Amino acid sequence: MSEELLSVKNVSISFTQYVQGLNQHELKVISDLSLDVKKGEVVAILGSSGSGKSLLAHAILGILPENGTCEGDICYKNEVLTQQKKEAIRGKEICLIPQSVNFLDPLMKVKEQAIGDVKGEEREEALRKQREIFSKYGLAEEVDDLYPFELSGGMARKVLLSTALLSNPELVVADEPTPGLDEKSVKETIMDIKNLKEEGKGVLLITHDINVALEIADRIAIFYSGFVIEINKTENFADTGKLLHPYTKSLIEALPRNGFKLTEGVQPLEEVPGCVYYDNCPIKSDFCKENRPNLIKCGDAMIRCHNYDKEVK
Amino acid sequence: MNNRTKKFIRNKAIHFILLMLAVAIFSFILLELSPIDPVNAYLKQAVISPEQRLILEQYWGVNQPLTTKIWGWLSNLLQGNLGNSLIYRVPVIDVIYERFMASFVLMALSWVISGIIGFGLGIVAGKNKGGWIDKLVKLYCYVLQSAPSFWIGLVILIIFSVELGWFPIGMSVAIGTLSSDATIWQWLARLVLPTLTLSLVGVAPIAMYTRNELVNVLSSDYILFARARGESGWPLIERQALRNTLLPALTLQFQNFAELFGGAVLVEQVFSYPGIGQTAVAAGLQSDVTLLLGIVLISAVFVFVGNTLADVMYYFVDPRIRENESFDKN
Ligand SMILES: Nc1ncnc2c1ncn2[C@@H]1O[C@H](COP(=O)(O)OP(=O)(O)O)[C@@H](O)[C@H]1O
Ligand code: SF4
Ligand SMILES: [Mg+2]
Repeated sequence: MSEELLSVKNVSISFTQYVQGLNQHELKVISDLSLDVKKGEVVAILGSSGSGKSLLAHAILGILPENGTCEGDICYKNEVLTQQKKEAIRGKEICLIPQSVNFLDPLMKVKEQAIGDVKGEEREEALRKQREIFSKYGLAEEVDDLYPFELSGGMARKVLLSTALLSNPELVVADEPTPGLDEKSVKETIMDIKNLKEEGKGVLLITHDINVALEIADRIAIFYSGFVIEINKTENFADTGKLLHPYTKSLIEALPRNGFKLTEGVQPLEEVPGCVYYDNCPIKSDFCKENRPNLIKCGDAMIRCHNYDKEVK
Repeated sequence: MNNRTKKFIRNKAIHFILLMLAVAIFSFILLELSPIDPVNAYLKQAVISPEQRLILEQYWGVNQPLTTKIWGWLSNLLQGNLGNSLIYRVPVIDVIYERFMASFVLMALSWVISGIIGFGLGIVAGKNKGGWIDKLVKLYCYVLQSAPSFWIGLVILIIFSVELGWFPIGMSVAIGTLSSDATIWQWLARLVLPTLTLSLVGVAPIAMYTRNELVNVLSSDYILFARARGESGWPLIERQALRNTLLPALTLQFQNFAELFGGAVLVEQVFSYPGIGQTAVAAGLQSDVTLLLGIVLISAVFVFVGNTLADVMYYFVDPRIRENESFDKN
């Protein structure tokens, strides 16, 4: 149960942008992010839209855009993934379940996309496998020959899921699998992800839907302004007393008022020297303004807040 | 034939009729307003008595009201009668047929050559975005797009005919005679340099467009997902990017029929190639109104065909639109 699949260590992702001619500008989207996913475990990373969650997924698979750089280590089964290594195992041991139907080639039948670039006998075998997994997720035979624009929302999601899972990967990175789906499809998706976990796969679930995270995940990482500020067991989210970070606490307390929707966190645009939550924190001290807290272990959880430095010491 | 196809054909037919009518009336009025006097053109400055002149003016219908003239011309046109050419002294339709065939060979060759080479260069450039091949292709496109095609033609003429002496300069057939006497080899030799020029010029827009289109496709989400599934390199481009680039590129190439025709007019002039463009210039210079009107009509038909083919590409080849029943635009 506790065999480690993915471990992300102090990863930062930034972009080089050219503003006004030749002036280079570094835009840091993710800072010092650490988390890990074990076999048979679902870890959710919860953050608002546009906060860089998809980029983390892309960094794990080695498909960041050209102007993006990724520092820190991403390890798979305790082995650091170099770009070559990522290229070798992506689509085989690690797979991505993408966000929307836009991730399918508009001019290619879905079955052709699912099987990938195979020829001859391999192709027959691949098509058989593809049919098998499409049936497993309730896709009728007619769907094989459809083009992406002909799929309904629920069908598209199933196609993306089965296409990603065709190679029977061990680690699944699911990027926002639920938005835009009707209630029935959301339920199905939740079931599908739970089943992946039962099969012993590790799942990194990227979402901005706290309810989905609470329902599926074993642990939840809270992503705020480019930083992971807390990683805690899902059961602890039922009781704010067991949560650590002031932001997480206020987030959960505010849920009933906000109709159980995640509030858009106020995210500082400029890099601050101290704690990113300083401006909104009710328990801040002067020390927090100039000194950045590190993500440290606190029991089973991880926390990024100076209040817990002392406890640990 | 399904409903959509019927609707498409019906719409196109209406388009075509309206376009032809508009072009016919418009160009007729323009020529009427121009200082061309058919009697003078016919006489070529010969001196005649006023009585003889009056007879000629009546023959040409010079003093009839404009509406009568247009009506007369249109009703002849509907019967397929475009009148007689003043300078060739044969029916306009015969002149156009022969000359247009010559131009058609030139344009078709250039269209295919520039299309294939342009698309190929665009793909190579886009795949190596930012590399030296990309820069080279871009440079070529910028230079060619900013240089007028008759200038390119002159440069080629100087290189291949004057400097290298591979082809004779100006193998023109005297204006006013049809060129059926020329042997097939003479004709082929005549074809080489204009085709080269038009192809060189035609490569630029299609290469640039293909390159940008491929760069866009390669940064799309579906390429990202394909890469995440382990596809990479040339097979990835061939399987997914090529199709998504080819369709818009081909559509553009069909839409370029108008530029192709314009380029042909100039290039034929430079190389004295006996095509429709050269004939148009001759007809203009020598006030051959009937021939000029005929040429305007045939060029409108040509451009219309290009645009229709582009629409066919768009509506019937692209599966996204092919299966979309709500086709009620146009
Ligand atoms: N190629 C790029 N160049 C510069 N910035 C980028 C690029 N791609 C993404 N970003 C930045 O990353 C952020 C989006 O991250 P994303 O992972 O899509 O967010 P999420 O998935 O959490 O909604 C955007 O706000 C954007 O500023
Ligand atoms: S480090 Fe300071 S400012 Fe940041 S959350 Fe903790 S107490 Fe608040
Ligand atoms: Mg995203």
